[in-house]
Amino acid sequence: MTETTSAPTAAPEATGPKPAHPALEFLRAFARNQSAIIGLILLALVLGTTFLGPVFYDVDPYSMVDMPFVAPGGEYAPLGTDYLGRDMLAGIIEGGRATLAVGAAAAVISVVIGILIGSLAGYFGGWIDAALMKVTEFFQILPTLLLAMVLVTIFGATLVTITLAIGAVSWPQVARLARAEFMKIRKLDYVQAARTAGARDAYLIFRVILPAALPPLVVAAGLAVGAAILFEAGMSFLGLGDPNTMSWGLIIGQNRNYLLDAWWTVTLPGVAIFITVLAISLVGDGINDALNPKLRRR
Amino acid sequence: MDPVLEITDLKVGVDTGRQVHSVLDGVSLKLTPGKTLGVVGESGCGKSMTALSTMGLLPDRFAVSGGSIKLMGEDLLAAKPARMRELRGNAISMIFQEPMTALNPVLTVERQIAEVVELHQGKTGAEAREIALEMLRAVQIPSPEDRLAAYPHELSGGMRQRVMIAIALACRPKVIIADEPTTALDVTVQAQIFRLLRELQDQTETAIMLITHDLGAVAEMADEVAVLYAGKCVESGPVREILSNPSHPYTRGLMACTPRLRLGAAAASAAEEGLGEIPGMVPPLGRFPKACRFAPRCALADARCHAEAPPVVPTGPDHSALCWHTNKMEQVA
Amino acid sequence: MKPLLDVKDLKVHFPLANGSSVHAVDGVSFQVNEGDSFGIVGESGSGKSTTAQALMRLVDPVAGSIKLDKHDLGALEGEALRTLRHMLQMVFQDPYSSLNPRLRAGQAVREPLDLMGLGPARGRDKRVDEMFRAVGLHPDAKRLFPHQFSGGQRQRLCIARAMVTEPRLIVCDEPVSALDVAIQAQILNLLKKLQIEKHLTYVFISHDLAVVQHLCTHVAVMYLGEFVETAPTQELFASAKHPYTWSLMAAALSPDDTTPSTDRFTVTGEPPSPINPPKGCRFAGRCPFATDTCRAEKPPVKTFAEGHKVACHYAGELTPPLPELAAHAA
Ligand SMILES: Nc1ncnc2c1ncn2[C@@H]1O[C@H](COP(=O)(O)OP(=O)(O)OP(=O)(O)O)[C@@H](O)[C@H]1O
Ligand SMILES: Nc1ncnc2c1ncn2[C@@H]1O[C@H](COP(=O)(O)OP(=O)(O)OP(=O)(O)O)[C@@H](O)[C@H]1O
Ligand code: SF4
Ligand code: SF4
Ligand SMILES: [Mg+2]
Ligand SMILES: [Mg+2]
Repeated sequence: MTETTSAPTAAPEATGPKPAHPALEFLRAFARNQSAIIGLILLALVLGTTFLGPVFYDVDPYSMVDMPFVAPGGEYAPLGTDYLGRDMLAGIIEGGRATLAVGAAAAVISVVIGILIGSLAGYFGGWIDAALMKVTEFFQILPTLLLAMVLVTIFGATLVTITLAIGAVSWPQVARLARAEFMKIRKLDYVQAARTAGARDAYLIFRVILPAALPPLVVAAGLAVGAAILFEAGMSFLGLGDPNTMSWGLIIGQNRNYLLDAWWTVTLPGVAIFITVLAISLVGDGINDALNPKLRRR
Repeated sequence: MDPVLEITDLKVGVDTGRQVHSVLDGVSLKLTPGKTLGVVGESGCGKSMTALSTMGLLPDRFAVSGGSIKLMGEDLLAAKPARMRELRGNAISMIFQEPMTALNPVLTVERQIAEVVELHQGKTGAEAREIALEMLRAVQIPSPEDRLAAYPHELSGGMRQRVMIAIALACRPKVIIADEPTTALDVTVQAQIFRLLRELQDQTETAIMLITHDLGAVAEMADEVAVLYAGKCVESGPVREILSNPSHPYTRGLMACTPRLRLGAAAASAAEEGLGEIPGMVPPLGRFPKACRFAPRCALADARCHAEAPPVVPTGPDHSALCWHTNKMEQVA
Repeated sequence: MKPLLDVKDLKVHFPLANGSSVHAVDGVSFQVNEGDSFGIVGESGSGKSTTAQALMRLVDPVAGSIKLDKHDLGALEGEALRTLRHMLQMVFQDPYSSLNPRLRAGQAVREPLDLMGLGPARGRDKRVDEMFRAVGLHPDAKRLFPHQFSGGQRQRLCIARAMVTEPRLIVCDEPVSALDVAIQAQILNLLKKLQIEKHLTYVFISHDLAVVQHLCTHVAVMYLGEFVETAPTQELFASAKHPYTWSLMAAALSPDDTTPSTDRFTVTGEPPSPINPPKGCRFAGRCPFATDTCRAEKPPVKTFAEGHKVACHYAGELTPPLPELAAHAA
């Protein structure tokens, strides 16, 4: 009988065709995905335009620069003017910031609420799960746009209330996803092992399970930004936007009556929204695919 | 009898992008009609790669770089993809370890069996259904008429493996490659499956390549044995020879590592029996030692073993081992 | 001597959506003395893992008691249970899924000490090093992540993690089933060595009779949520009395016997569903000795020599269909 002396100074790291470090493998997979890269470029373009735009194109978006309804290619306004004769390009640049901010903030709100509710439901199961899921279902069956409209009508149409309203109605999807992930991961041996190692519930939820559940939730958060942007546009279009802050939705909402006479006033911010949402969902899909090893193998 | 499948000096490599690592290096095997060849070795020794090379189903980045695989004289390595598709499931078929992943979850048992028959034998409709039913009877599935409409998830592990065998046998193949067919099953079910395979083999004269890491299964099923280690065939011969007189330190080590069941009067002394060990582990691809690949784990290794690759040494009738010290085996374990 | 672990009439049922429930563990009782290793064998789905999880209080029993030393483990909840966890630890079957991929090896082994606040914080690293050496790993491997270890090395890590709290009892749920024979032998020898050195007590679960015979002092054979036969190891393998135990023994394959076991005793079929277990003997559907009595009435537990318990109507009356056992009985 030989005694075990196989004490490696360093264990053999995976060689040959085995995957390298997971993070590296992820980046490689992402980089190989063409549509994800296109999405990333578009997103960089959108962010660059909205945040660096004012440096290069220094025009006040709120003041009249020309006659109303000047078509794109005009002398003073390259993308034309709106019904008040304001510069469309400056408006889109200025409005982008508010739109993106509303989208991001609303997404953060919905993700935080969603993760909180979903993780508690998924982790504890039983009656806690049943109760929390009842609440979630209740929010899911409500017509969200209507609910948001009611909230904004009651509390006033400011950027803050709009953001809160969007966040408050769009968390159930994240909650469901978080719950499913928690239920799956909670049963894994290493979570059980941590429990037998004396871990408390909070430690298990936040230190053990959440990090493992995060990747798909990050993707969901990204998509929530896109959804929130569309939502904001929808509300502004219905005249429920904050009239004092320029946003893409607001531009569309204020010009919607002139769609037939001056198509660009509605179409251009529409295109901006379209590109942004498309870019976000391409990147989100790319992350998702790169994280999903089964798809990656193909 | 002439071999039905003959693998000679098979070499397989994997391209990591930076270099090509050897996966199999000079593996030679022979399958005779009506006989079973046991292929044993630890995980990662290349057992499945041998099987997949034969089926023409090597994963991406793996490629055959030398040797030949002949099925009844036909060179499979030279065969066109269309010809391989024709042979697979027809002249040569495979049973996998995990029947759940190898079966199509959205097709009924009947469809899955009928499909191969339709594909390879041009049978259709009622005829194919009849064959499916006959196959289910052959693999001894209780109330086969009712099971035709079942989906894989509605069956137990043992039943699924029977269905896999039914599919594999549907076209009366000359060769069946069974890659750890019972590893996922209970021992009592394993006993049933082995018995079934043997009975079917007696009727059909099929040659079986049984891949396993369990020497007990080899003793039970095999007529001939090939022991693989790190992509090399280190010992081969008739099963009785190999198990009673192993001539390679690796085979000896595997024998010593396997705990034995001691029943009846022998149970009294079981407590004193130690369990042998092979220190260390199979090196990963690309880390195979240059000379004897087993040298780092071998009790007999000397300077020559670390410097020069050992030759194939005959150690009995049809029995040979890849080792410098085949005459010193009593010193191991 | 008072046993270290005393389990009485343990039941674990999993409720199903349709109102019925899976009777995963259905009334098992056993005792384990300090320094012993108690083996549980049985086929897939017989309830071995569920028994282990109930002992670890990872699932809640619906009935029965679990006593560990003087503690009523089965009745403890919350913080009281948590602070007792250092007394019993577990090694899982799959060394790939039982280590957190985000923790380095050293952190994984140290985690129980930190979570339970065992020993002075400064001494913990030294203790971790000690454990690494005890299981045959170099302490330098502490900084590696689980994916950088092989299966056998990971199982060594899991054993180190289980032993770091100096538990009284270690529950091993098929710790070698996922490993190759050669690595399996290394781990079995390691477990045996550690048991002797540290005077450990094991509950050792396996589906492999030979492995259990090799490592355990006592064996229970489990079928569909129940123990059908329990005995000291030597007694069980010398004179097993339950037909199910015989079927497991007959199905075990030995590398020393190359004759095909065509006339070996075999049972047909597969275990019935644990959702509505048969009301008589649960093995009756597959047992070649079954009678109407077996199908109608639950077999009583009969006791034979030295704590050898058998749940079969005809225990002791049947002739074993295995030549080795028959010869020994004669
Ligand atoms: N799809 C794959 N991609 C990359 N490497 C692989 C793949 N499949 C197998 N390998 C590697 O090829 C080598 C030979 O593997 P093979 O599957 O033939 O081993 P095996 O003897 O069948 O082992 P096991 O008992 O685990 O099935 C191993 O080092 C393995 O890691
Ligand atoms: N969480 C659960 N919910 C419902 N049924 C379960 C659950 N866990 C286990 N079971 C069922 O309980 C029975 C016993 O399962 P258990 O995992 O204890 O068996 P086992 O003896 O460990 O088998 P194996 O050898 O496959 O690990 C099985 O029928 C299983 O399907
Ligand atoms: S050649 Fe040398 S090292 Fe290799 S198996 Fe034989 S004795 Fe061992
Ligand atoms: S009680 Fe009857 S059916 Fe059950 S094991 Fe004994 S003989 Fe077989
Ligand atoms: Mg394999
Ligand atoms: Mg289990």
